Amino acid sequence: MSAMSMPAWGIWLMALGLGIFIVMIILSLKKHRGVHRSLFAWPYSLWMIVFTVVPLFLIAYYAFTDKAGSFTLDNFKNFWDSNYEMKKQLIDMGFDVSGMELSDRGTVNVDTLVYSLWMAFKCTVICLAIGYPAALFMSDRNFKLGPTLIVLFIIPMWMNFLLRTIAWMTLLEDNGIINTLLESLGFGKLKLMYNSNAVLLGMVYNYLPFMVFPVYNSISKQDIKLSEAAMDLGADEIKTFTRVTFPLSIPGIVSGITMVFMPSVTTFFIPRVLGGGNTEMFGDLIERTFLTADNWNVGSALSLIMMVLILFSISLLRRVDPQGEGGSLL
Amino acid sequence: MSQDNRLILLEDISKDFDRHTVLSDINLYIKKNEFLTLLGPSGCGKTTMLRIIGGFEFPTTGRVLFDGKDITDEPPYKRRVNTVFQKYALFPHLNVFENIAFGLKIAKLPKAEITSRVGKMLELVNLLGYEKRSVDSLSGGQQQRIAIARALVNEPEVLLLDEPLAALDYKLRKGMQLELKRMQQVLGITFIFVTHDQEEALTMSDTIVVMKDGFMRQIGTPKHIYDEPKDAFVANFIGESNIIRGIMPKDEVVHFCGLNFECVDSGFEKDEPVNVLIRPEDIVITDAEDVPLKGVVRSVIFKGVHYEMVIDAGNYLWKVHSTVMVPENSKVGLSVVPFNIHVMKLTDDELTGDEQ
Repeated sequence: MSAMSMPAWGIWLMALGLGIFIVMIILSLKKHRGVHRSLFAWPYSLWMIVFTVVPLFLIAYYAFTDKAGSFTLDNFKNFWDSNYEMKKQLIDMGFDVSGMELSDRGTVNVDTLVYSLWMAFKCTVICLAIGYPAALFMSDRNFKLGPTLIVLFIIPMWMNFLLRTIAWMTLLEDNGIINTLLESLGFGKLKLMYNSNAVLLGMVYNYLPFMVFPVYNSISKQDIKLSEAAMDLGADEIKTFTRVTFPLSIPGIVSGITMVFMPSVTTFFIPRVLGGGNTEMFGDLIERTFLTADNWNVGSALSLIMMVLILFSISLLRRVDPQGEGGSLL
Repeated sequence: MSQDNRLILLEDISKDFDRHTVLSDINLYIKKNEFLTLLGPSGCGKTTMLRIIGGFEFPTTGRVLFDGKDITDEPPYKRRVNTVFQKYALFPHLNVFENIAFGLKIAKLPKAEITSRVGKMLELVNLLGYEKRSVDSLSGGQQQRIAIARALVNEPEVLLLDEPLAALDYKLRKGMQLELKRMQQVLGITFIFVTHDQEEALTMSDTIVVMKDGFMRQIGTPKHIYDEPKDAFVANFIGESNIIRGIMPKDEVVHFCGLNFECVDSGFEKDEPVNVLIRPEDIVITDAEDVPLKGVVRSVIFKGVHYEMVIDAGNYLWKVHSTVMVPENSKVGLSVVPFNIHVMKLTDDELTGDEQ
């Protein structure tokens, strides 16, 4: 696979970042007359500049240029109409494409994005629906097993998520554990894998802890005296929850939604393993565009669209929680 | 005392936490419109007792009666009792108005009535105009008054206060003590107040219950408890005191520091060992020649109203409060009128165990 070469100015950009970085260190050393506590922030700043800030510039550059390196919006047009590239080539070759019937509707990319957002939305809702009650239950002070259960939630995260996802295959596949069990009980086999529900299952399984922890934290750090005060003022258990415990857990919910929704939208690999390629998500599309189609320009444009969408949804969430405990993750 | 006056009755209450007993043998009634203080050092069970009345804890044994009705197992929201919590426990997501209106909204009162009652409360606690403020923006004293308003607006029959003044500075605390007493008298509500501050208890209470290690040690009016403490612990906890071991050779005579003193107590066995309590302000300093108990002034500290002196006499260091200054190292005599010598029976612990 021939990787696209990085433009020469990409190297120069990194060198510039490095240069500014060194100048800043020297200035800081001069200003504080020696080593200051801010010294400890420098390694991370360097890391950020070289591996985050500069690549972001590069992605923006690729997204707005063609393979020859001149400015173009074709990459975005290609997002709206996946046949755009092909049509252009046909026009170049002298064909009239206006009346031409193309087998592909040309909305593959948009469809994939919409599908990804829809899947991420479903995943977030399910995680909230399962995770909130679980967190509420575990943060109950009278429930002595709560902290133990939280550890049980953490333990699977010690394992790589690829392995965890592959493990689901042994459960769900046609001759997997569940189907073997069903068959031995006299039921027929079920088609459990290679559909979007299996993908959703894998996503919920992987991202559920990211909902449970922030919610658990926001509830368990609440002063027990607050719910006692509510009860004292005449609120029964349900009203105490709706008027005190729940409103005070909103920062945790916002944080949880953010932490589940963001990785959900960009999910890749899970659809390929559990969805068997029938259910491509946007993360896979970006990966495929970069690595298989070897088109860094379109891939960058897709990445940029993704980032803007995530930024947009997080800023919407921030309105719910102006204090910004959840939004501060951004 | 007529039976009808008894609003709350605690019967044979005890409470264990994980086999650790924090309350035992509690029998107490609380009258209507009474200002009752539960007083004791930390860990004496006073807060647990308050929480049992409030419904946040349930007694291991015994019953709680409210107006003659058994409420032992009723949850807090069914009790006609409201609480002012130690650190106020104001709702951080609600503003001042919403905090005070919380109970009224739960009770589904009409909006106009809520507004007018909250307004009246804010007036009572001197915080009109603070309705829209967030509770975090208020000072400790203001938060405290909001907590009181939030409880009182529900017009409870009993207000429980769990060391509500502990977090305030001295001046503010003094002011709030009088303020609380005033509110209690104006509103005619029963107050049950928990504190470890004996001065607070003496200032505000109609009745004080002195507690130690989960037991009630003594109950009475502030004056009664100060003047007639039942044992050395109560005497020490309420006010400053000189407590010395002695014996009772016969009625109205007590022997300590190698001398016989006249007193007003009787009903002891012959030569029964006792504790003798003499308050520092009851000791009169005289010339050394005039009285049998003589000593030397060891230290003098000026306290504003009086001098606090330590006088070494009869093998005991006496705390003495006097408005007259006597220089250090001078020889003085100490005298006490018989009425101010208070003889206390020894407790079982003191009789059997090592002397404290």
